[in-house]
Amino acid sequence: MSRIAARFAALKREGRGGLIPFIEAYDPDAATSLALLRGMPEAGADLIELGIPFTDPMADGPIVQAAGKRALSAGVRVDHILGMVREFRREDDSTPIILMGYLNPVLSYGTERFCADAAEAGVDGLIMVDLPTEEADMLIPHAAANGIDVVRLVAPTTDTKRLPLVLENSSGFIYYVSITGITGTRSTTAEHLGEAIPRIRRVSDLPIAVGFGVRSPAQAAEAVRVADAAVVGSALCSTIAANLGKPDLVQRLLEQVRQLADGVRGARVHA
Amino acid sequence: MNQLSGLNTLRNGPDGRGRFGDYGGRFVAETLMPLILQVEQAYLAARADPAFRQELDAYLKHYVGRPSALWFAERLTRHLGGAKIYFKRDELNHTGSHKANNCMGQILLAKRMGKTRIIAETGAGQHGVATATMCALFGLPCTVYMGATDVERQKPNVFRMKLLGAEVKPVTSGASTLKDAMNEALRDWVANVEDTYYLIGTVAGPHPYPMMVRDFQSVIGEEAKVQLREAEGRLPDAAVACIGGGSNAMGLFHPFLDDPSVRLIGVEAGGHGIETGEHAASLTGGRPGVLHGNRTYLLQDEDGQIIEAHSISAGLDYPGIGPEHSWLHDTGRVEYVSATDEEALAAFQLCTRTEGIIPALEPAHALAHVTKLAPTLGKDQIILMNLCGRGDKDIFTVAEHLGVRL
Repeated sequence: MSRIAARFAALKREGRGGLIPFIEAYDPDAATSLALLRGMPEAGADLIELGIPFTDPMADGPIVQAAGKRALSAGVRVDHILGMVREFRREDDSTPIILMGYLNPVLSYGTERFCADAAEAGVDGLIMVDLPTEEADMLIPHAAANGIDVVRLVAPTTDTKRLPLVLENSSGFIYYVSITGITGTRSTTAEHLGEAIPRIRRVSDLPIAVGFGVRSPAQAAEAVRVADAAVVGSALCSTIAANLGKPDLVQRLLEQVRQLADGVRGARVHA
Repeated sequence: MNQLSGLNTLRNGPDGRGRFGDYGGRFVAETLMPLILQVEQAYLAARADPAFRQELDAYLKHYVGRPSALWFAERLTRHLGGAKIYFKRDELNHTGSHKANNCMGQILLAKRMGKTRIIAETGAGQHGVATATMCALFGLPCTVYMGATDVERQKPNVFRMKLLGAEVKPVTSGASTLKDAMNEALRDWVANVEDTYYLIGTVAGPHPYPMMVRDFQSVIGEEAKVQLREAEGRLPDAAVACIGGGSNAMGLFHPFLDDPSVRLIGVEAGGHGIETGEHAASLTGGRPGVLHGNRTYLLQDEDGQIIEAHSISAGLDYPGIGPEHSWLHDTGRVEYVSATDEEALAAFQLCTRTEGIIPALEPAHALAHVTKLAPTLGKDQIILMNLCGRGDKDIFTVAEHLGVRL
């Protein structure tokens, strides 16, 4: 069983939703970023999304754009990110790592070689924002051959008729983009999720994570009342931005992860 | 559907997936995907509807001012001492460039789709002005994204857009130029999918844009073919156009793709010289990748990060190129060369003095190549060049480079 499947199975047994924090690799620098990554499981991260920074992140708002820019200024390269995952795996063999980013750095590395090297480094899944189902055949065979899940994005604009096509051959989990917009700009609502998530469940048995509109512990809790996990990205990237150069950056960020995890873990304590 | 299966024609691309060979496609976030499919469906229906064509033709004739003239540049021809040079004068269009052809087509499509708000990206401001103009004509609210650097260096066009009622949003992400404006327009679209139509200005972006913009611009080559037949009774020996994203070149070339006797030459912006790394020549100095919804040649570093383009011409200052050009490059049907900033400036002045036409800096790149090509050809040969924009917008840039204070 893959780490992703094992983790969601465990969450199900525990009867709670999961927390998936997102940071850009190398934001703000290599050492800090690795320290954040290593500290996250203990702070309550159930899965981790690690961003592959890109010069032209067309689905991201100003906060994640700035995070990517800091990482690129720190000199991040795709092979560095795989190295970072390899380092992380020396201490943690159970927390799934999903790389999230845009296609071009992966294409440039070579999709086949990238999937092989990523699997070897300990990567479990890929989320390619600008790779819709219509184009996914350029990545999926190589990912599948290496046991890597390609996580599909479903958006509020994905209608019921299109949904089965989007989820065709999907694996790992489903990422529900809970707002029509870019990251970190709007918040989703319980009403919207209450309508959207069951609509996906009717088509797929895979776990569903909610992202793009989730910032606070309360919102994360709201998300896992209907979904299986909540992704928080921009809120964490803002914390990094606000604490650049401060000695307690890592501590502050992990404290925020802890609060988000508390929110998620307390969400279903009712009836 | 596949261009390889079409007998003896290079003109029936793209295939059902929006590909020209390996290039093109639809690389956008899922949020946009349903919308892109809607645009494709709406466009294919419009293209098949004679009433749409009729409406567009009427606007092109009475509002844009088509057909544009074909001009025999006699003094320039004598000066260069070789082939006869003809200008397709798309700078005479309303708003001063070929951009009007595409904007008129797409705005009629947007209306047909019931969209009530238009967004666009612009570099030099030519596409922004053309879009703002059509929006004023049809009473639609218009937002134009423009890199902050370009807002600063193209002030007259910014003011024109504002006069026309458009909101101009300066973009400060990235290097604050055209590619960043396009990112920002895509971000706007993703957040306003219900009511907004994204009017892309060049033959790039996700399918169906490269095909659709090419179709709307092909009026350039179609007219020129007829006009040259009237003037000379034959096809040109070479057709030359400048390339940023490549819309004016695609519009000129496409009707000639199946005429093997016609050499087709695209001129990219060589900036300070290809060897300096400061240029905008994606085909000459780039390699294939994915940006802004399509797979095509891009300026990028060895890790797949996009590199900033450089050109004296803000309209060519883009690190990518339309996917159909990438395919035509690989197949060898079109030759792609480059001209530097300096060469374009020299051609700009030559054209102004010998023909009394102030060209935009973009077609000045095409002309720079014509000045090299014409003397190598016989006097009975014919070069057709697309003079795709007028240079009023560029006089400040040119003055600065000539050391003149206005």
